[in-house]
Amino acid sequence: MISVLMQVIGATIGTIAFSLLYGVPKKYYPCCGIVGGVGWLVYLMAKSIFGTALGAFFSAIAIVLLSRLFAVRKHCPVTIFLIAGIFPLVPGAGICMTSYYIVVNDFQEAFQTGFTAIKVAVSIVLGIVIVFGLPQKWFQTIGKIGVKKKNP
Amino acid sequence: MVLDAALLAGCILLKNGAEIFRVEETIYRICHYYGVYSCSVFTLTNGIFLTAGDITEPYFAKVKHLPVGGSHLGRVAAVNQLSREIEQGKYTIEEVMEQLEEIQKIPNKSNHARLIASGFGCGAFCILFQGGLFDCITAFLAGILYYIFRLYIDRGNMSKITSNLFGGMIITIICLISYHFQFGNNLYGMVAGSIMPLVPGVPFTNSIRDFADGDYISGAVRMLDAILVFFSIAIGMGFIFLFYHYVMGGAIL
Repeated sequence: MISVLMQVIGATIGTIAFSLLYGVPKKYYPCCGIVGGVGWLVYLMAKSIFGTALGAFFSAIAIVLLSRLFAVRKHCPVTIFLIAGIFPLVPGAGICMTSYYIVVNDFQEAFQTGFTAIKVAVSIVLGIVIVFGLPQKWFQTIGKIGVKKKNP
Repeated sequence: MVLDAALLAGCILLKNGAEIFRVEETIYRICHYYGVYSCSVFTLTNGIFLTAGDITEPYFAKVKHLPVGGSHLGRVAAVNQLSREIEQGKYTIEEVMEQLEEIQKIPNKSNHARLIASGFGCGAFCILFQGGLFDCITAFLAGILYYIFRLYIDRGNMSKITSNLFGGMIITIICLISYHFQFGNNLYGMVAGSIMPLVPGVPFTNSIRDFADGDYISGAVRMLDAILVFFSIAIGMGFIFLFYHYVMGGAIL
């Protein structure tokens, strides 16, 4: 439980740090952090039930949904939240480890790691594509409801 | 004038990591608001083709080439805000030009802030790969050192492949030193956390979004960019690991 909490905090801090590197304006930092933290939380939960690939799929869906909501609320491009939030998920380490195993001639490990990395990448792609297929109007309606509740 | 402004806005967006769809839509919006209805635009990852003109409107054509470069999402947000305000009718075309010039000058964060952010990012992502406290400290140092190298590189003209290769090597060397002296004990976690600033998140995400919008050429180019970076990092890492393997003996990881 504590390790889950630590990981979510880690994801939040990491996401904010990287959004700074990519020059996101200051006022969007909290939202970027939330997207990253929630994304990783969903990933951990879903991973323990469905396994890595489906975990990444559900996490990508959660991240894109949240990003689109924040984008409507804050009137700014989705890209800002999406790139920051998706960062922890991208299987950079997996792809790099695969190449490393190929270099040291450990083909069984290479195949296994590489296959997992590709599965994760494909699930992220699917998650993003599916949620971007949803009509913008839904998000505008949901976004407006949230704003009205906050400033009556 | 209108088309120049629209083209400039498009260039800023494209250069700083917006997706193709947003670039084209912004150009159309600006043109239509200022009364140019005949414009048509074709965008690739590294170039914008803009033409306009028919029986009623004068002809205009311009091609702008853009090298693939770094990204600054703040500028994307600023242009987006500007195009929103244009539609509300807040600016004349001259003011739009001025605003765009100013957006181009939005500075990056100071070097110190970026160094520290890179360190914290690496340390924090190290937690996600089950790193302990000392692993995180190593990743923090590796992140800072890598970024010092990156800032140094940015002044010269090193190709993307070489700079990422050396970046991967630097990070791996630091993690291996820490591992060798028993400071950190989760080598995988350290390396995975520290290479995060190198991972091409922006091209990867944008390429997926371009594919989703049906811009296959740009999506493919950006995906190729991302894969190339991944492989150059991995080759740098593999080289150092192999070296360690031969010098110290014994398998690692």
